[in-house]
Amino acid sequence: MPWLNGTRSQQSLSLNTVCFFAVSHSQITRLYSRFTSLDKGENGTLSREDFQRIPELAINPLGDRIINAFFPEGEDQVNFRGFMRTLAHFRPIEDNEKNKDPTASEPLNSRTNKLLFAFQLYDLDRDDKISRDELLQVLRMMVGVNISDEQLGSIADRTIQEADQNGDNSISFNEFIKVGNLQHIYVWAGDHYLILT
Amino acid sequence: YRPLRRVLLILPFDAADLPATDASFLPDLELRSGGQRGPSLPASPTTSLDRFQVQPREEYASPGIALARSVEEPSATTEDGGESHRHGGGFQMVQWEWSYVQTPYIIAIWILVASVAKILFHFSQRFTTVVPESCMLILLGLVLGGIVLLTSKKQLYQLEPGLFFLFLLPTIVGDAGYFMPARLFFDNLGAILLYAVVGTLWNAFCTGFCLYGVKLLGIIDQKVQAGLMEFLLFGALISAVDPVAVLAVFEEVHVNETLFIIVFGESLLNDAVTVVLYKVYMSFVEVGPENVQTADYFKGVASFLIVSIGGTMVGLIFAALLAFITRFTKKVRIIEPLLVFLMVYLAYLTAELFSLSAILSMTFCGIGCNKYVEANISQKSRTTVKYTMKTLASIAETIIFIFLGISAVDKSKWAWDTGLISCTLIFIFVFRALGVVMQTWVLNWFRLVPLDKIDQVVMSYGGLRGAVAFALVVLLDAERVPAKDYFVATTIIVVFFTVMFQGLTIKPLVNWLKVPRATNRKPTINEEIHERAFDHCLTAVEDIAGLNGYHHWRDKWEQFDKNYLSKLLLRKSVYRKSELWEVYQKINIRDAISVIDQGGNVLTSARLSLPSMASRASFPEVTNVTNYLRENGSGVCLDLQVIDNVPGAKVEEESETHHFLAGNLYKPRRRYQSHYSRHFMTVGDHERQDREIFQRNMKSRMETFKTTRHKRHSHKKDRSQKKRRGSDVKEQDLNDKPRRNVSWQDKDPVVVTVESEDEKGEHLEPEKEEDVGITFVARKVPDTPKERPKSVPAGLEVCQSPSVAPPSPTCSERNLPWKGGIGTLPVCVSMEATKIIPIDLQQAWNQSISSLESLASPPGPVEPLHPRVSALSRLGGQRPVSYSGSGVSGSGFGSRGAGSIVAQGIARFEFPPGGEEKEEEEGALSDQEQELQPLVSSSVRRNPCVYLRSLVTAPPPGSEPLARSRGPTQL
Repeated sequence: MPWLNGTRSQQSLSLNTVCFFAVSHSQITRLYSRFTSLDKGENGTLSREDFQRIPELAINPLGDRIINAFFPEGEDQVNFRGFMRTLAHFRPIEDNEKNKDPTASEPLNSRTNKLLFAFQLYDLDRDDKISRDELLQVLRMMVGVNISDEQLGSIADRTIQEADQNGDNSISFNEFIKVGNLQHIYVWAGDHYLILT
Repeated sequence: YRPLRRVLLILPFDAADLPATDASFLPDLELRSGGQRGPSLPASPTTSLDRFQVQPREEYASPGIALARSVEEPSATTEDGGESHRHGGGFQMVQWEWSYVQTPYIIAIWILVASVAKILFHFSQRFTTVVPESCMLILLGLVLGGIVLLTSKKQLYQLEPGLFFLFLLPTIVGDAGYFMPARLFFDNLGAILLYAVVGTLWNAFCTGFCLYGVKLLGIIDQKVQAGLMEFLLFGALISAVDPVAVLAVFEEVHVNETLFIIVFGESLLNDAVTVVLYKVYMSFVEVGPENVQTADYFKGVASFLIVSIGGTMVGLIFAALLAFITRFTKKVRIIEPLLVFLMVYLAYLTAELFSLSAILSMTFCGIGCNKYVEANISQKSRTTVKYTMKTLASIAETIIFIFLGISAVDKSKWAWDTGLISCTLIFIFVFRALGVVMQTWVLNWFRLVPLDKIDQVVMSYGGLRGAVAFALVVLLDAERVPAKDYFVATTIIVVFFTVMFQGLTIKPLVNWLKVPRATNRKPTINEEIHERAFDHCLTAVEDIAGLNGYHHWRDKWEQFDKNYLSKLLLRKSVYRKSELWEVYQKINIRDAISVIDQGGNVLTSARLSLPSMASRASFPEVTNVTNYLRENGSGVCLDLQVIDNVPGAKVEEESETHHFLAGNLYKPRRRYQSHYSRHFMTVGDHERQDREIFQRNMKSRMETFKTTRHKRHSHKKDRSQKKRRGSDVKEQDLNDKPRRNVSWQDKDPVVVTVESEDEKGEHLEPEKEEDVGITFVARKVPDTPKERPKSVPAGLEVCQSPSVAPPSPTCSERNLPWKGGIGTLPVCVSMEATKIIPIDLQQAWNQSISSLESLASPPGPVEPLHPRVSALSRLGGQRPVSYSGSGVSGSGFGSRGAGSIVAQGIARFEFPPGGEEKEEEEGALSDQEQELQPLVSSSVRRNPCVYLRSLVTAPPPGSEPLARSRGPTQL
């Protein structure tokens, strides 16, 4: 494996074992080949443009948000480690949450981290709150042109109203988790055959 | 059981009375004489399953017709011995026409028995939580069967396969398919298919082979004459999990959705396997096992593919047809539910016709059409479909279980063989458990959320056998399968054991294992939004990771659905709507209804807050709801204005009382003579009240029309309008009758007929306002408000539009001359009003608002007539009728009502808004008129949901927070 040599392999191996060693060898290989095929500049990192070149992402309403999720704050390149780190959110939940050791750092694919990932898709300014404007932006991305601004506004109002518990007119992460039994959504995903095989 | 006893008493009498017509037992659809059962089975068995099912029906249909005819035709009466015997002795005042009504009568009595039984079971809450209904029904069936046996010495009734497959099963499957949670189903489709196909095959083969092995070992008695093929056949029919039983038991257990959908989906989809296996083995048994060639096995496999895929295709074709048809039912809403039933049933029958899997066909028809049909048909039709389907399915289920019980009490069936029965019971249970464990092990390699051990236990234990197996085994041909009686007895025992024992114990088991239960939650808008976001997110990640996984394909499908299917199958008006918006509205309405249901009067509970409304907490700077609403231009807010307008404390108190009364008492409304129409639903009283409130709003709204300019219409326009009005008149006529019964104090109904954008017939807005064209009739209730202080009314009638709220309301009110004219409207919002307006009138409201919009902001000078406002006619009342023309647009009345009102008895309001002129005039508006500006501007921003919100949140008069804050606003 080319990437097992040199710095990149160091990165890979030094990754949080919990989140990565569960991924099988073949999976990492496959994802690495995907990574390199996306990497048009062939410099071992992906830029936003590399992501934007994926045709399906262009028609995904939330495509840009998800691309952003790959890039840590302030950076515009992502290496294979970062790539995997983000994708690790989408690995299936392994442990039962009951017997989880509270002291251990949570794996990236824990329920909370999955939800946090989703939450951060909304939360643009990273203030741990989804404000009305942020919600509106996402809504606007997801709905077509058939819906008017004030309709969207009332949906956003209602959404915040429903989730808001402390009356700050925004959705915090705790509220986000609690609202409408959100946890259930990932479970609900049923048996789609693995987001990351 | 009394009705039944009566029937039982009648039956022997009837039989004695009509000795010649023993066949008179035949005509009743479900209850055929047990003695006739043998001959009724086709002598030359065919492999085709549906032949078996249809044949008995033909047989008993003909005597029924003959009997019916015998009563109609006098000549036939003489031929019939019984009839002539009874009719002898000349004219009789009262005649005994049992044979005439027998068939439907007995059916009705049975359904009645089933319903009463259901009611009785649910008397005791504690009892029903322990014992599942299906158990009790079977027990009841046993008791009834015993009674029948005692009275008539032989079993007259049994679950007839023809009846079961053609009528009872489709109702249940149709209901299940139509209301199948599609997302859940397709998310778990892989697991469902695996269990349905591989699991059923596994069960069938293992059970069959093992029974044969046991037979060879000599555990099964030699009397059971069956070879390998017979046992395989028996294994095939006994191994399929039964949808009816699963539904009946699992609905009471409430396991989590995933578990339920897997077991239930399996029970539906395994039909194809069962049908094919059954048919294949039947033909093998026929030709004899020694003559089976290798090619036949391949034919069997091919047949499986044809039966399953063909059935699915038939279902989907009918789903598309149904969706397409409902696109065009706008004018005949009343037949929408019927169409749904017909097409879904036809899907079933068509599949039977081609001997495809009928259950698959019906299931996929239901799943496929649901989305489009629900969007196309009206709210009322939706409710009708839902309730009718549930009713039918529930009754069919009840009848099935009762008849299963009755069928068991039949001496001819009791060919008991302990070895066979016990072995079968053990095998089906063991192989089910083994199969589930093995398949789950495979599945868990792929599943994101693995099925754990507890799930597997419930799935194995929930493999219930039921009426399908029984009906299939009864269909066996006794000549070809000599062991039929043994098989029948075994099947009955197996069915009883699984339904009663396992059904009884599965609940404690689920409790003991702490299986996650289904949470009975209502969907929230948050879930709706986030779920969509997650889906997009997962799709994107799959794309990034380069996987063509589940989400990738789902997304592709959704694109396809959006671009082609929905365009084809949905009405234009529906298609253009946003799904999210629909969901939002639905949730809003549901909340409003639940709040009203729980909290009673919305108007009197000041602190009531809906999740849908912006809470005061989240807008701390807004001290006053009225202010808040006004600032936000949130549209109509009934009653709020009153508070601002009421000057004194006493008056306020009085008005509060009035409001309280008006909100809580029934309104003294005129009686409407009931108006019968077969084609249209008459509007109920509640709805009428709502309509009136709506109409009041419209009236006040129309007053504001006067402030905008109306240009005289050109002749050309006039003509086109007449054309349109012609079509409108038709619709109005429908509404005419009830309206005439109202004595109008003000004899001038203001009829606003609004038409949709294009004349071609794609009516956008009025679609949901089903029964009639939209007519807004302003009316007054005379002499109602004795308790209302004289000073209030003027304010009251404006109050519907708070945004009219000028800084000095009383002043403006005096200055607005038309306000006094209609001041006697009672201001009250009944509880029912808030309930229904959202659903029923929202569309109309939306429409009216858009028509207002078009007035307030005319589309442009080029297009002279905004098409939506085609005609606004009103009769001259107390109001100045004939002020006309744009020329008057400067002074006095004209300054406000610068429209063209032609007084011709029916004066027509035309709103040909000339843009530039309007602007000029608006500039020339006096100070007073500028007070009205808020309305003009805010009406643009209004939308139905805000209206709903304001309806619900409209605070009571004089409620605390408002009373305190009245000072600043009142001036």
